[in-house]
Amino acid sequence: MTVHFCVHDEGDSVGVVVVEGIKSGQALNGWIMDQDKMIAFNAKSDIPIGHKLAVRAIAAGDTIIKYGVDIGKAVKNIAAGEHLHVHNVKTKRW
Amino acid sequence: MGINLKNAAFEGWRRENGRMGVRNHVIILPVDDLSNAACEAVANNIKGALAIPHAYGRLQFGADLDLHFRTLIGTGSNPNVAGVVVIGIEPGWTGRIVEGIAKSGKPVEGFAIEQNGDINTIANASRAAYRMVKHASRLKKTSAPMQELWVSTKCGESDTTSGLASCPTVGDSFDKLWANGNTLVFGETTELTGGEHLVAERCRTPEIRAQFQAMFDRYQRVVETNKTNDLSESQPTKGNIEGGLTTIEEKALGNIQKIGKKCLVDGVLDKAEEPTHSGLWFMDSSSAAAEMVTLCAASGFAVHTFPTGQGNVIGNPILPVIKLTANPRTQRTMSEHIDVDVTGLLQRQMNMDEAGEALLDCIIRTADGELTAAELLGHREFSLTRLYESA
Repeated sequence: MTVHFCVHDEGDSVGVVVVEGIKSGQALNGWIMDQDKMIAFNAKSDIPIGHKLAVRAIAAGDTIIKYGVDIGKAVKNIAAGEHLHVHNVKTKRW
Repeated sequence: MGINLKNAAFEGWRRENGRMGVRNHVIILPVDDLSNAACEAVANNIKGALAIPHAYGRLQFGADLDLHFRTLIGTGSNPNVAGVVVIGIEPGWTGRIVEGIAKSGKPVEGFAIEQNGDINTIANASRAAYRMVKHASRLKKTSAPMQELWVSTKCGESDTTSGLASCPTVGDSFDKLWANGNTLVFGETTELTGGEHLVAERCRTPEIRAQFQAMFDRYQRVVETNKTNDLSESQPTKGNIEGGLTTIEEKALGNIQKIGKKCLVDGVLDKAEEPTHSGLWFMDSSSAAAEMVTLCAASGFAVHTFPTGQGNVIGNPILPVIKLTANPRTQRTMSEHIDVDVTGLLQRQMNMDEAGEALLDCIIRTADGELTAAELLGHREFSLTRLYESA
């Protein structure tokens, strides 16, 4: 079974697309690495390889968790399955 | 299966100071930018001699000048180097670098251009290089236990696959090498931002933790003092962002995977400073690839591991750089730059232990003399770190 995206930890808010050419609406297989579990999900955007999708609904101002750690804050609301990147998430440092 | 590191060995050159090298370079080292042309001419005259041109060395002062000397002396003293010809515009600083390298016991000779001119200097330095390459070519390889191999790491053009797979692969191999008593280094001070607490927790003693924290805090002040925005496009870089990394915190957490899950930070180093005992060292350093790898070479490291996501192509004149990637697009489009393909990790076709073993196998082969992708493609990036303006 192709792994379309990976999640480091089941508490994370994001997964990483690890195949090329993911299209909006596509059914995706996700692998939660630390717990070694598979999840199923639908993409809500076209997402390039290496880019992230939200694995839960996120509100503007929410902290984004990856590796079980704070990686920044949402600056817009982000739907589950939507592309999550510099257009809707910013650093809390600098 | 697994590699038994306790019984593993590699074939290299035992240098005068006891250190093991895995390459046998004779380098022609300029003290300053003005001496690059003469160094390149000598390397052109004598086959097997390698010029290492660079941009600096004039009117530097204080800690910045100390770092310049430390980096050049460290480069010449690296065990991958059999002999050194130093050329400078004037004899004073040239002699200082010659004296520093001579402490390693290896052949080193210095030449100054003033009152000689380029042509006489090139002739005299070429004769010295001729003797040194002859000498180096006679040296026999000997076997040494794996424990004697000094291994450095730094990643570049990182993307999200770096944190998922290629950096953890280095981490797995570092855990194994650390348990074996190898000497290891990581750095990239600003690229720990957001995960610095995780590195601090891994420091072996409260004293080391305090030293690490002071280095981290100092570098943060440099960023805070000089920044004009949130550093987006500098940290993370445009390439990182193209690869899917969104914030410095996310990049840092991927970067930190290179120190594995078990190894402790046994000490901290200033830039280009040599470790005094085995274990894992943190070096306060730039996160720019060529600067950091140049500092690793100057600190005496013999093999470098370099995870990349989007495909950084870096090499170093004297330090073999092993590249690994987990990004299938990079592996597909840039395979000539990649030594270890760990893309299978993301499709569950390879586990982390297997990936770490594949990297260790490549480290041993590289130490035995197999050329890396960067060596084959002629990548010899040598970038000196500057601390501030010249006087």
